[in-house]
Amino acid sequence: MSQLDTRNYDKFVSTETIDGEIATLNLGPTHPATHGVFQNVMKVDGERIISSEPTIGYIHRAFEKLAERRPYNQITPITDRLNYCSSPINNLGWHMTVEKLAGIHVPKKVDYMRVIIMELARIADHLVCNSVIGVDTGALTGFTYVFQEREKIYEMYEEVCGARLTTNIGRIGGFEREFSPVFMAKLKKFLKEFHIKFQEFDNLLTRNRIFMDRVIKAGPISAEKAISYGFTGPNLRAAGVDYDVRVMNPYSSYEDFDFIIPVGQDGDTYDRFIVRQEEIRQSLSIIQQALDGMPEGAHHTDVPAFYLPPKEEVYRSMEALIYHFKIVMGETPIPVGEVYHAVEGANGELGYYLISDGGRTPYRLHFRRPCFIYYQAYPEMVKGAMLSDAILTMSSMNVIAGELDA
Amino acid sequence: MSMAELNNENVLKALTDAFGDALLHSEMQFGMLNVEIPADRNLDIIGWLKSNESLKMEFLTDLCAVHYPEQKGRELAVVYHLHSWTRNYRMRIKCFVSAQKPEIASLTGLYNAANWMERETFDFYGVQFSGHPDLRRILNMDEMDYHPLLKQYALEDETRDDKDDSFFGR
Repeated sequence: MSQLDTRNYDKFVSTETIDGEIATLNLGPTHPATHGVFQNVMKVDGERIISSEPTIGYIHRAFEKLAERRPYNQITPITDRLNYCSSPINNLGWHMTVEKLAGIHVPKKVDYMRVIIMELARIADHLVCNSVIGVDTGALTGFTYVFQEREKIYEMYEEVCGARLTTNIGRIGGFEREFSPVFMAKLKKFLKEFHIKFQEFDNLLTRNRIFMDRVIKAGPISAEKAISYGFTGPNLRAAGVDYDVRVMNPYSSYEDFDFIIPVGQDGDTYDRFIVRQEEIRQSLSIIQQALDGMPEGAHHTDVPAFYLPPKEEVYRSMEALIYHFKIVMGETPIPVGEVYHAVEGANGELGYYLISDGGRTPYRLHFRRPCFIYYQAYPEMVKGAMLSDAILTMSSMNVIAGELDA
Repeated sequence: MSMAELNNENVLKALTDAFGDALLHSEMQFGMLNVEIPADRNLDIIGWLKSNESLKMEFLTDLCAVHYPEQKGRELAVVYHLHSWTRNYRMRIKCFVSAQKPEIASLTGLYNAANWMERETFDFYGVQFSGHPDLRRILNMDEMDYHPLLKQYALEDETRDDKDDSFFGR
């Protein structure tokens, strides 16, 4: 491959086969460097990878089958467990899919609240991914810096929905409750202080000579290949294609916000890193805009058939009791039809293809999981590369086992 | 076709002009054009959609199957979601195959992304994609002898008698 010749460390490494001996290396399923449960059987010649054969499915939990037995509101906890680094995006994407099917329009305020939560989730997800790239190059410090910041985002989730990792945030039709004063205080503090810590992290890696030498030209992919392999999200944008669902098919009032889509050039690990760094800054700006422009109004829409009534009313009012019972037992009528709804997940276009036959559960629900689709390019991306670059390529692609295996 | 904005009407018209009778059925579902085509025409029609200068459906967003056991002879639907990024237009193509002979041509020659999506569809529905370079199970174990998302396989153990679903309308 021609990319080999451009590698500056080639002069240190023998490209000759040593005694014609090719070793098989079993990377995973539980290897610390894979950051998740999946296996790669690699054929290596010295440290150079000749071929790689990914095996996935180790944490397959049959979500699509489960979804065919669950009422719509009970599917939200399943979506938590797809990309668990940014569960709120999955949850809210699912709510929006059901709202599209049921013809529910949520108030502008709910859209803005959702945008704040989704962008916080994007920041959390990118922080994990980028700091782990640092860890895989041997720079652990940055990781410890930003994990404190991620913790603050998790505390904000906790304030909104009571959970941290598998959030099950929001409901069909809005949010359970108004953003609390504590949440608002935490969010404002975060917006004020985060960029300082983030700059520290940025200073550690972005222009660090050692880091740059390590990640530039590691695991590149061209724009044409990336499109053909179904890349979306930061990995695609790193290859130079400015596709972003938030701009292309705006949902949840994303058209109200002013932000740029950062793009890379070579689609290598460094570009993926830089694109995510810039997206974090853009997300911060979006959160600030949503906070400043937060409309007045209710935190949910008036859809008693989907949105649980307040508990005290359930004890006093007949209607509330009936709706409560119907929602909990999954007896809410829903239109017949097929919808596809996509949101910009933290690692790409997260799509929900939902077929309803009018019954209490979806007839069919298919999750378009971005990393399942783009991970198939991995063998091609690491072919001929050094083993250590293959590890970097994997962590920079942000492959999340939960989403991969569904 | 002009470079005016793509909408469901002019895409459907372009398809009808090019393929006529091959379009078995078309409908709108929540704003998205659904077109049913014969299973043996999937390669040339989707290939045309991809290469047509004014449509350029260069992105295969999603590929999956759906099982309709009551539709005899056309039990399995293979569903393609295509997206034209240059024109920002999404559409859905469906092909029906029978459960006895679930065969359809693979799209791996058109889109690299189809590879794993077709393996997943084979894994869960048993759809045989002819021309696929490596049609193996992907999420389930290789020893499995059935395709679990088919509707005849109940999710829960049917021998259990401690759960009465009739109370719950299912």
